[in-house]
Amino acid sequence: MSSTVISIQNLDLFYGAFQALKQVPMTVRGRHITALIGPSGCGKSTLLRTINRMNDLIPGVRVTGSILLDGKDIYAAGTDVCALRKRVGMVFQRPNPFPLSIYDNVAFGLRVAGMSDRCRIESVVEHSLKGAWLWDMLKDKLDHPALGLPLDQQQRLCVARLLAVEPEVILMDEPCSALDPISTAKIEELMLELKKKYTIVIVTHNMQQAARISDYSGYMLLGDMIEFGETASIFTTPKDKRTQDYISGRYG
Amino acid sequence: MRVSPKITQVLAVTVLGAATILTVAVLVFVIVFVLVKGLPWVDWEFLFSYPQDMGKSGGIFPTLVGTFLLPLLAIAIALPLGLGTAVYLTEYTRETQLTRTLRFGTDCLAGIPSIIFGLFGFIFFVVKLKMGWCLLSGALTLAIMVLPTIIRTSEEAIRAVPNAYREVSFSLGATRWETVLKVVLPNALPGIVTGVILSIGRSIGETAAVIFTAGSSLRMPMSVFDSVRTMSVHFYILAREGISNENAYATAAVLIISVLLVNLAAYTMMHRFIAKRSK
Repeated sequence: MSSTVISIQNLDLFYGAFQALKQVPMTVRGRHITALIGPSGCGKSTLLRTINRMNDLIPGVRVTGSILLDGKDIYAAGTDVCALRKRVGMVFQRPNPFPLSIYDNVAFGLRVAGMSDRCRIESVVEHSLKGAWLWDMLKDKLDHPALGLPLDQQQRLCVARLLAVEPEVILMDEPCSALDPISTAKIEELMLELKKKYTIVIVTHNMQQAARISDYSGYMLLGDMIEFGETASIFTTPKDKRTQDYISGRYG
Repeated sequence: MRVSPKITQVLAVTVLGAATILTVAVLVFVIVFVLVKGLPWVDWEFLFSYPQDMGKSGGIFPTLVGTFLLPLLAIAIALPLGLGTAVYLTEYTRETQLTRTLRFGTDCLAGIPSIIFGLFGFIFFVVKLKMGWCLLSGALTLAIMVLPTIIRTSEEAIRAVPNAYREVSFSLGATRWETVLKVVLPNALPGIVTGVILSIGRSIGETAAVIFTAGSSLRMPMSVFDSVRTMSVHFYILAREGISNENAYATAAVLIISVLLVNLAAYTMMHRFIAKRSK
């Protein structure tokens, strides 16, 4: 039984006058994969982005309620947002390496953090690339441009770039939506490996994906968390009619 | 009656092609004309010796130095200010009535004739601050003159940096400043360099504002408080006063080649930087 890493309660989020999240609850358990599913515009990406406060960057966003990370409210006054984002990293929808070499991409976070010890950076880069299953493939071309890689390797490079800053939680915002099925399978396999060490929250459009890899799932609709629980029970015996409709493909 | 698409297509290609050829031809003609009339008089002696008789004979060495120093100093002043403003407007403020007004203001400033800046520089730096005609007065005036260009081109370049890069940087725990320094500026560099090149071009070619503020001394400047004459001013005076047509064209030829070399150097530096970065 693992402990609760993130506990969200009564979370409201407004984009100006529009309420995108309504009294949302969610519990994320450590070293498990939690999936958020639901139709487009239901607020699952918004919810994901509240956990590392990426929504702060959008003008006019207002958040109320509480998100506890290891028991501490990340929206409390005086929270160091940069430190939070180092603990709660993010993989985006589209692979988005910087137009730099493979090596410099992975080293980016370390250099921003002020690390200048070359040996140390090299070892972290190697370790991170291994963690994203890229090392054997790329170790001889670390100085090649990252944008020259195929998309699925770019996405795994983004994972490696994230691993380098040693996050505790990894948020994934539809990480496979730009990838073909084979590449998707590779990323999914990687996620199952990563959950041995990291806590993962993933937003996905792909219900099969949620069913395949997640331990817990939340079904969201129009800003409400309709149902949240163990993936197995959500997909086999949903309690809510709306969840059932979505899962059986009647809606969404 | 409707003209057939085939004919309009041919017509479009012809007209557009002709416009292009005409434009290039005019440019080439101007450059070739000046080079043909000026280059025969250019040699090392001309480049590196001092002028005699107000430039009637002798070389252009002090004006060569002045042409190099004045824009350099002007850019050294304008670039930090302009780039700083551009970064502030794009990265640190949200689009409001105030930023729109500021942008409109810079656009207007960019269109003001240089003689106005010259007059301002003369009244303010030369007379009011008692700096006299000197390299510094000239450079400050030129800096004000090119600031709008630097601000606007830098702003455009910074805006063109994909937002995804900023997002990633923030998501990895970088502050806004670290993001600006490590992500935004390196990616905006080509655009910023373009603005600098445009500004150097304008500074090198400027005469009116320079005569008013940097003066037109033919002596070698020994400090920023000495008056200088740039090649553009030298050319203008030589031609205007009918001192020496040969030397005027020779100066113009050197001027054109200098501008070409400066642009070439800037582009080479930029490409080397980009190649090194994305390798």
